[in-house]
Amino acid sequence: MKELRDLARTLLADGAVKVVIGYEEGPRGVRPAFITRPEHAERLIFDARCTHCLPAYLSPRRTHVAALGKPAVVVKGCDARAVAGLIREAQLAREDVVVIGVRCGGVTGDPTVAELASGTVAPRCDACDAREPKLADHVVGPALPAPPASDQPDMLARLEGMSAAERWEFWQEAFSRCVRCNACRQACPMCFCERCVADKTQPAWIESSPHGRGNLAWHLTRAIHQAGRCVACGECQRACPADIPLGLLNKKLAHVVAERFGYRAGDDPAVPAPVGAFRLDDAQEFIR
Amino acid sequence: MAIPAEKIESFEPRITAFVCNWCTYTGADLAGTSRLQMDPNVRIIRLPCTGRIDPLFIVKAFERGADGVIVSGCHPADCHYTSGNYHARRRFALFKELLEFVGVEPGRVTFSWVSASEGQKWREVVNDATARVRELGPFERYRALAGRPA
Repeated sequence: MKELRDLARTLLADGAVKVVIGYEEGPRGVRPAFITRPEHAERLIFDARCTHCLPAYLSPRRTHVAALGKPAVVVKGCDARAVAGLIREAQLAREDVVVIGVRCGGVTGDPTVAELASGTVAPRCDACDAREPKLADHVVGPALPAPPASDQPDMLARLEGMSAAERWEFWQEAFSRCVRCNACRQACPMCFCERCVADKTQPAWIESSPHGRGNLAWHLTRAIHQAGRCVACGECQRACPADIPLGLLNKKLAHVVAERFGYRAGDDPAVPAPVGAFRLDDAQEFIR
Repeated sequence: MAIPAEKIESFEPRITAFVCNWCTYTGADLAGTSRLQMDPNVRIIRLPCTGRIDPLFIVKAFERGADGVIVSGCHPADCHYTSGNYHARRRFALFKELLEFVGVEPGRVTFSWVSASEGQKWREVVNDATARVRELGPFERYRALAGRPA
């Protein structure tokens, strides 16, 4: 923790960056912090509650953050994939951000829960191989032990075992709770369109009222736009006030992408994403 | 949802086909000028390329009452725009899986490559898709979703 604070203080005092985006203690658990003065570096913390994916604040859509000046951002190994994603898609230049990597021992899926156990560990920590941050200018903190394995049921396998009608029922029940608050979109580090197709009214491709038809269109669109881009930070599902298992849609598509195109969203910006690229010999068994 | 027997008896599937201008549309035209008999259930929407087909087109077709959708374009290496169909192939490989994952039966969406000379193949695609959708029945589940009137 001291290492992180000292680094942030130095970066700010030297004028290397204007703001350090990190984590601080808030009234309801850990929250993102925007530190602009060296003397405020004391507020920075890092522990198992730091589940937020902070590179979401680096997208050009966040004009209020960009207005603060050059940022340094605290990332866990998995969050580095979001930084890589933004660079890959030309939303961010590598030299315009200082990346502070923190060694991670897994996080809880909830910023108010400090105890890291098999019942509280975030889904994304499952079989994590990115606890040592890549792409970082500085890496801080001691190496931590691997997080416990989750004891939550494997919903993806359960859904894949269902009939089409049962899956329809499952998703309609989930989507019927959607109030179209767009929290999933706002929380996502990879959702950065200037103008979202869901906001367009002429023509209105996606009905904006919270009804079954528009809800299904929205969630299909969100999922397909994330295919091969999703960094599996799980923020969409955590931000959802209606507990819709959005991560399942992303996970399903990530599996398909891995299977068909041998691609996994990684922390190397130079590797192109699978949608928008192609191979002449892509499998086409589904096309007659 | 139980569908009354007489409704299934008289059920004529409504199928929307999104086809590319250069191959499948011309192939369908050839099928017509060759006087090939085929099921009259398919409404064709002509687009410049399969690469122009947004997955939302398929969603919109279902919203507006389609029971099935066909997406068809040029064979690989034949694209008028060089690579549109390759991009489409990746996109629809993913979207097909996504649709099935949320509970849309696989037979409702058909993908095919039909060239300008394959009038016969277009007939087979149309007849097969119609037969499959006829078997699945009307897409009542989708139509029953609440929303603004179209």
